[in-house]
Amino acid sequence: MSYELIGITVLWIFLYGYLIVASVDFGAGFFAYYAKITGNDHIINQLISRYLSPVWEVTNVFFVFFFVGIVGFFPDSAYYYGTALLVPGSIAIILLAIRGSFYAFENYGSKQSNVYMFLYGATGLLIPASLSTAMTLSEGGFISESGGTITLDYLALFTSPYSWSVVFLALVSVLYISATFLTYYAARADDQNALQLVRKYALFWATPTIVASLTTFIALGQHNERHYDNMLDLWWMFGLSVGFFMIAMWLIYIGKYYGWGFISVMLQFFFAFFGYGASHLPYLLYPYINIYDSVTYESTAIALIIVFIAGLLLLIPSLILLMRLFLFNADYVKGKK
Amino acid sequence: MFELDPVLMSRLITAMTLVFHIIFATLGVGVPLLICIAEFIGIKKNDVHYRMLARRWTRGFVITVAVGVVTGTAIGLQLSLVWPNFMQLAGNVISLPLFMEVFAFFFEAIFLGIYLYTWDRFKNPLTHWWFSIPVVIGGALSAFFITTVNAFMNTPDGFTMEDGQFTSVNPIEAMFNPATTSKVFHVLSSSYLTVAAILASIAAFSLLKKKNSEYHKKALKLTMMLVFVFSILTAIAGDISAKFLAEHQPEKLAAAEWHFETEEGADLVLFGWLNDQDTPVGAIRLPGLLSFLAHGDFESEVTGLEEFPEDERPPLWVHYMFDFMVSIGMFLIAVSLFYIIVNRVKRWDVHNKWIVGLLFLTGPLAMLAVEFGWIYAEVGRQPWILRGYMTVDEAATTSPHIDLMFFFFLALYIVLGTLCVIVLRKLFKGKPAEEELEKKYPTIEEGDKE
Ligand code: HDD
Ligand code: HEM
Ligand code: HEM
Repeated sequence: MSYELIGITVLWIFLYGYLIVASVDFGAGFFAYYAKITGNDHIINQLISRYLSPVWEVTNVFFVFFFVGIVGFFPDSAYYYGTALLVPGSIAIILLAIRGSFYAFENYGSKQSNVYMFLYGATGLLIPASLSTAMTLSEGGFISESGGTITLDYLALFTSPYSWSVVFLALVSVLYISATFLTYYAARADDQNALQLVRKYALFWATPTIVASLTTFIALGQHNERHYDNMLDLWWMFGLSVGFFMIAMWLIYIGKYYGWGFISVMLQFFFAFFGYGASHLPYLLYPYINIYDSVTYESTAIALIIVFIAGLLLLIPSLILLMRLFLFNADYVKGKK
Repeated sequence: MFELDPVLMSRLITAMTLVFHIIFATLGVGVPLLICIAEFIGIKKNDVHYRMLARRWTRGFVITVAVGVVTGTAIGLQLSLVWPNFMQLAGNVISLPLFMEVFAFFFEAIFLGIYLYTWDRFKNPLTHWWFSIPVVIGGALSAFFITTVNAFMNTPDGFTMEDGQFTSVNPIEAMFNPATTSKVFHVLSSSYLTVAAILASIAAFSLLKKKNSEYHKKALKLTMMLVFVFSILTAIAGDISAKFLAEHQPEKLAAAEWHFETEEGADLVLFGWLNDQDTPVGAIRLPGLLSFLAHGDFESEVTGLEEFPEDERPPLWVHYMFDFMVSIGMFLIAVSLFYIIVNRVKRWDVHNKWIVGLLFLTGPLAMLAVEFGWIYAEVGRQPWILRGYMTVDEAATTSPHIDLMFFFFLALYIVLGTLCVIVLRKLFKGKPAEEELEKKYPTIEEGDKE
């Protein structure tokens, strides 16, 4: 495999990791707020905060990893995306900053406050919406370069059906992933009341998720035919994705093996995300950046890959320790520790 | 008129974010070390006061870490958003340390999570203490990696350049460029110094309100000892930094010292101002001392600004930044030494309210010194963003929306800063350490009331 392919694969895996852990986090914020206004907060908020408290910072690092890595492997992306994304990127940073710090302020600092809760819930939806713009832009047609300046066509962006379908897909996926994870977590904690509530959320958000996936697929066909055709060539990946979706729904519906249910959800998104990514190649930004022309120098690429492997050797044991202490420690999950 | 051109706004937005981030980054590097020391002493001496110190410091730290993480994420993304041309070029090289930094963050974040939520979970208290070590190391490593990036911007190394493109890049050599050693040493020692001083200020403040608290006296003693050690180390590191500048970046040192003509036996110029002919007026001149600072020899030759083209000279106001930083450094050495002496002499009362009031000043001043030091280091690099290769003008974004973003971020930092202070106050107000100690350790003797 060439360096550029290793690089983009590693980055894509991390983006996938962020997609999962951040969705759990963002969705949980929304559910916590929703539970509060519907008077169910006593049922699930304890559960949510026990999981989130030890891991929110780790979630953030996944994101930092991705944007540092992409600029490292493909420095041209800093130039194009950096210029074009100044406004949406800055808004995303501000939302992330509000969310992260308010979470800490509320959770470790003062008592529950409605304003914090609202912001926590609202940013949980706004951040995925603003981050998903980067995906939309990568399809081309919104960013143009002329005479050394790069411009982003906001009008085209806000009137494009494709762009809105991506936003919609991002929102419902977040809620779906989060609800299925919380279902599993509640089952582990043996908390029947919470389990019934979040299981309902999970079943509810499944339909919009699959509908949104289909609409996005169709809208992409209108927007970027090259990518659409490539995706059709990889039809089996999307077929597997739908297959895992059905398994997940079945398990959650019959109310057994929630752990396997969540793993199926992860596989559902794994295949869809990698099918999307693989068919997107070789472009990172159509038609300006492709991975072969914009890859960094060989020495840097090798160094990055070595650091990546060394870093994983350090991280995986630490992450396992973290999970054993919090996620898979039955006493902790049940609130006894 | 004040022109809002994109370059100026880019500089302002970066400066603002960094000035804000560096406060929390400094805390993030230093606080884990102090927590680690306090908990260790507490366990070894079996003294609950120190263990309570570690607990309460940690509780406040969680809040500042959060702000550190989110502002760090902001500056990390802003590097690409605000300086796209710089990152397109330098990203090839500096991505390596930035990438490693992310692993350091991961490491720190994971163990901080574990440390926070396992206070009473282990039978042997040392097990919990061990979890603080990776946090200390992770913080120091993040400081190390990011400082190598900054060092690279000052003395770029590890590549050759042809037609505006790098060729034959060696990212390891780039990381260990000439500026790295002195910078890393100075940044680390000053972070530890600053945090020790901040925590000393908190203890002093509490003592001013509550005269005889044994808990706060112990806190003050521990932190002042550390202030002494780290202020000496910081001064040594600062001296090394100056010698580095004299050799590799003489224009920065010359600008700080208003040293225009290359000469032997150069004087150190303290404060004062410049008249129309650019001669320092009203300054204190210390004969030969600049030569000593630059090369360790009172007679040596120091390069002056005249050797650099006019448009490659840094702004001269960095003189004040340098002087304030050095003065604060000297002040911290003096005050901590004074405390140690007075504390030794049994007849004198070191907890006299004037002395404690003086000690209270150390924290805010140290944090100011960090800010002055960075402003000196960064503005002293102007007009370059990558010294000798790319200027700040060439690097900035061309997007006209940058000024709007500036005000968005300004609002964000105002909100974050205010809330951080409010939350920290709420966290400790009305919850004195003594009360908490009695609740937590009911067997504690009435040691507090002497
Ligand atoms: C508590 C903070 C603090 C204190 C008391 C001092 N410094 Fe400092 N100084 C810093 C905090 C700092 C810093 C924030 O860490 C800087 C900014 C950039 C850097 O590398 O370190 C710095 C930069 C810096 C530089 C520029 C280095 C460069 O650009 O490469 C020099 C020459 C000195 N310092 C010298 C001194 C001397 C002679 C001091 C005498 C005691 C001193 N500093 C005290
Ligand atoms: C890759 C890293 C960095 C980049 C691209 C960068 C770039 C810049 C630029 C372009 C400026 C504006 C200069 C001016 O206004 O004259 C600036 C200012 C500043 N930077 Fe850096 N810098 C970097 C690293 C750092 C680091 C690690 C720090 C430490 C916190 C730092 C602290 C500052 C400060 C305090 C200022 C304000 C100076 C002023 O008031 O103008 N910088 N930086
Ligand atoms: C251009 C300059 C800088 C950049 C791009 C930068 C980047 C970042 C990023 C992305 C984070 C968040 C990481 C996370 O998600 O956990 C962060 C936090 C942090 N940064 Fe910075 N940083 C800069 C300057 C500095 C400096 C000069 C220091 C130390 C002297 C420093 C020390 C830290 C530490 C210790 C944290 C962890 C958060 C905390 O404990 O407060 N950073 N930084």
